[in-house]
Amino acid sequence: MSSVTEKSEGRVSKEAHAYTPGLKVKRSMIVRKTRLLPIPGDVLVKLGDDVESDTIVARTEAPGEPHIIEATNIMGLDSEGLPRYMVKKVGDRVNKNEVVAQWIAFFGLIKRIASSPIDGTVESFSDSTGRVIVREDPIPIEVAAYIPGKIVEIIPNMGVSLETNAAFIQGIFGIGGGRHGQLTLLVGSPDEILTDDMISSEYEGKIIVGGSFITIEALKKAIEKRVTGIVVGGIDAADLTKFLGYEIGVAITGEEEIGITLIITEGFGEMSMSQRTFDLLKRFEGYMASMNGATQIRAGVIRPEIIIPHEESFEQASGDELAAGMVPGTPVRIIRMPHFGAIGKVVSLPVELQQVGSESYMRVLEVELDDGKVVTVPRANVEIIEE
Amino acid sequence: MTIIRKSKEEMQHILATDVGSTTTKARFFIKRDGEWRFLAAGEAPTTVETPYEDVTLGVRNAVREVEELTGHRILSEDGSGIAVPYDGKVGVDLYCTTSSAGGGLQMMVAGVVLSMTAESANRAALGAGAIVMDVMAVDDGRQSYQKIARLRSLRPDMILLAGGTDGGASTHVIKIVELVNAAEPKPRLGVDYKLPIVYAGNKVLRPQIEKMMGENFALTIVDNLRPVLKVENTEPARTAVHELFMEHVMSHAPGYTKLMKWTDVDIMPTPAGEGMAIQLIANTYKRNVLGVGLGGATTNVYSIVEGRFVRSVSANLGMSYSICNVLKEAGIHNIIHWIPFELDEKDLENRLYNKMIRPTTLPHTLEELIIEQAVAREALRLGLEHHKTIATRLKGVKIDRDTGYIFDQKLEETYIKMMIIDIIAGTGGLLSHAPRRLQSMLILTDAFQPEGVTRMFQDSVFMMPHLGVLSTVHREAAWSIFDKDCLVRLGTVIAPAGTGSPGEPVMTVELEMLDGETMKEEMKFGEIKRIDLAERKEAKALITPHKGYDVGDGPGHMVESMAMGGVTGIILDARGRPLHLPEEEGVRKEMLLKWIHALDLYPEDKLKELL
Repeated sequence: MSSVTEKSEGRVSKEAHAYTPGLKVKRSMIVRKTRLLPIPGDVLVKLGDDVESDTIVARTEAPGEPHIIEATNIMGLDSEGLPRYMVKKVGDRVNKNEVVAQWIAFFGLIKRIASSPIDGTVESFSDSTGRVIVREDPIPIEVAAYIPGKIVEIIPNMGVSLETNAAFIQGIFGIGGGRHGQLTLLVGSPDEILTDDMISSEYEGKIIVGGSFITIEALKKAIEKRVTGIVVGGIDAADLTKFLGYEIGVAITGEEEIGITLIITEGFGEMSMSQRTFDLLKRFEGYMASMNGATQIRAGVIRPEIIIPHEESFEQASGDELAAGMVPGTPVRIIRMPHFGAIGKVVSLPVELQQVGSESYMRVLEVELDDGKVVTVPRANVEIIEE
Repeated sequence: MTIIRKSKEEMQHILATDVGSTTTKARFFIKRDGEWRFLAAGEAPTTVETPYEDVTLGVRNAVREVEELTGHRILSEDGSGIAVPYDGKVGVDLYCTTSSAGGGLQMMVAGVVLSMTAESANRAALGAGAIVMDVMAVDDGRQSYQKIARLRSLRPDMILLAGGTDGGASTHVIKIVELVNAAEPKPRLGVDYKLPIVYAGNKVLRPQIEKMMGENFALTIVDNLRPVLKVENTEPARTAVHELFMEHVMSHAPGYTKLMKWTDVDIMPTPAGEGMAIQLIANTYKRNVLGVGLGGATTNVYSIVEGRFVRSVSANLGMSYSICNVLKEAGIHNIIHWIPFELDEKDLENRLYNKMIRPTTLPHTLEELIIEQAVAREALRLGLEHHKTIATRLKGVKIDRDTGYIFDQKLEETYIKMMIIDIIAGTGGLLSHAPRRLQSMLILTDAFQPEGVTRMFQDSVFMMPHLGVLSTVHREAAWSIFDKDCLVRLGTVIAPAGTGSPGEPVMTVELEMLDGETMKEEMKFGEIKRIDLAERKEAKALITPHKGYDVGDGPGHMVESMAMGGVTGIILDARGRPLHLPEEEGVRKEMLLKWIHALDLYPEDKLKELL
């Protein structure tokens, strides 16, 4: 087999195109959010409107659950006769326990009936299966603005886009959906552990920020004290399982109904929150913030986020610009052991595959860590710090 | 649609990619001295996700790596994509790709009887390379409302409906159709297109199905997949699924419309490409083959037993995105069982969760490598268990038995018995990238537990899917590369079935090399030993199992066989089948270390640091 290494001996890349984009930690940017209904409906706001986090921007009704009545089975009759037995028409409203189909013989001496198990509307019936389908009343669905801001686009029948100037922080993993509250720091440094004795009733409705780790006791206490959300560096996987009551198999979250939203910024285990993230949260302590724990790592990455609207002038024009490629000088963070969490700058990008500690040959880069030490790590194990 | 811009004879450069759920892998092939060979590989993170949402970016990045490594320019100068054909300076003569990004092809299947039509429909969908999210049937034990709720929440890419033999059951088929209609399932990608449905059931019902579903779904009607009970005809359904995948699903995934224009051959789901490569092995050696693709999100198992090809896709067993699902399904104890050093359960759990949330990272240290390889054993074991539930005989068919004809509708057990499997072949990043080939040899052996005499193969640098799709247009090139550069002959495992006590004699193996050299090995229970026999060499093996042990001809019976050489040689495995690891921690670790030392599996100095 032709060897990749012998062809590339001694060369370095000017720029790496294959790399992992980093999590965003931005002090000021225009955050744009698109808020959509799952199915078409009505948009309730106009272009240019100023909205609050809890303003309902769109509303619709989802079809209710269908219920199947095994009508001819229940009446002990052949399915072909069902059209004759129906006492309700397609489209008719029925109440719970109301008769939908009946068979009467011997002048009413023998009567067999099939009734509706729910309040709803007759949707269809079939003379081949003998079934009647009754559908429950529609379920209203509302979409809130989630962040305060200005409506900049109306997507007809589906929803809106809105913009606000804000600090924007992405976490690595979260649970719980969109919520908002006042940002409050409970620790003095990013390596401090958030424990239950730090949490009291005064944090009801607030988003609390911890350092490197949260204990299961602190998590339970936060629920008890009706805290809105928690932002912290790390949590033990086992504690998360205990807290949720089930093991997470694949990272698709955000729908948990647990009364709180939790965002971890670094990973599982005890991990100091990155200094930049911590400093930014500290800078905006006391501000109202919106957060969403929704995480989806497969098929369309969604990372959890904290959005802190403020009126300071912004440095970036857009929140979704793509970072340039990785070049010498690019700030990076190592995201796997050893050196997990270390921050540094790219020194060089050797083209040739290099043997690492596991004996595997990989594409690597050299990173100068903050303490001046230069380490070689797989390119796959760093992420770009977006500044 | 296939566009061949140069005749096969004129072709000199071929590019193939696999847009995986985690990584996009480009493989570059050239014809040198009249022979097709693999030249270079490039890899980059897949860009199906935000902020990119365009798979062609990842393809471009992976191709750029190939350009950098070879100096051969492939991307067109105007940025329009891959230059085809090669104009003397830039480009390739053929470009093809497989894809499993964005979750692959996610399907639901439904039939009347769970163990009959629904099972055949399941096999047809899996055969097309789909991930089957749920199998629904009239007798699946769920209430109608539960099935409706499931249909509404799943959002499949496509539904395959079967049921009834031709002229047979009709009411039950209509009941299933009613359920689907009532649930109004929405497609996963995009709200503005109709959900594709393939109907492959009782042909008598076609007009009624058309009437009931024609308006609200993109309905395709094909031949019944169980026209009569004793015949399973999955091909028409499989073909329809594949065509609809291209037409409806792929065209709605981010960037695929562009990628479809770049390729000269239809994009194929990765498992379909991988399956073709495994079939190439079976066709070449004319033996029973068990193949596996261990990916980041899924584990695909393929079997070709007595000519019958079956594929299973375990949607949530994988080494990155789905690594925590392996943890969940296998249990932490089963994973820790394979680790020879001290490791705290909590620490292990945190490491695996961190891999899940940062799925593209790679093991940098020996410790991390051993942990991932432990998870791989469990993912493969579970994948094979799942496969066995699909690789079963047709149910509901009269089976010729000694006692006469029995109409058996009970769950038939699988026909996959490790003793009848002659070849095991593995592919996927973890196996291909294992720093020592013996590691992948032992991972496959520990997970699948081959019995008797089994040849072991693996993919060299992960290109089986690439060669599978290439084989559909250029079989000769695909086979040439497959044989010389892709298929690594690991060697042969000789393992008797049966268990005993440590130190007890298990088998005597006499080997006669082609140069006349002979050797004799006495194997005791609990031992594993390696004998050098180079690739493309063979040795005559005379295996005499002791009483209670079987190598293929019954307990205690001698077997004569040809053992294939390979990069790891011949492995004499007397650890017992089934293979049990002792529960007592100290004894278990000692045993694992004994095996590791016997095979020189890991670097001694680094391993010592961990102990």
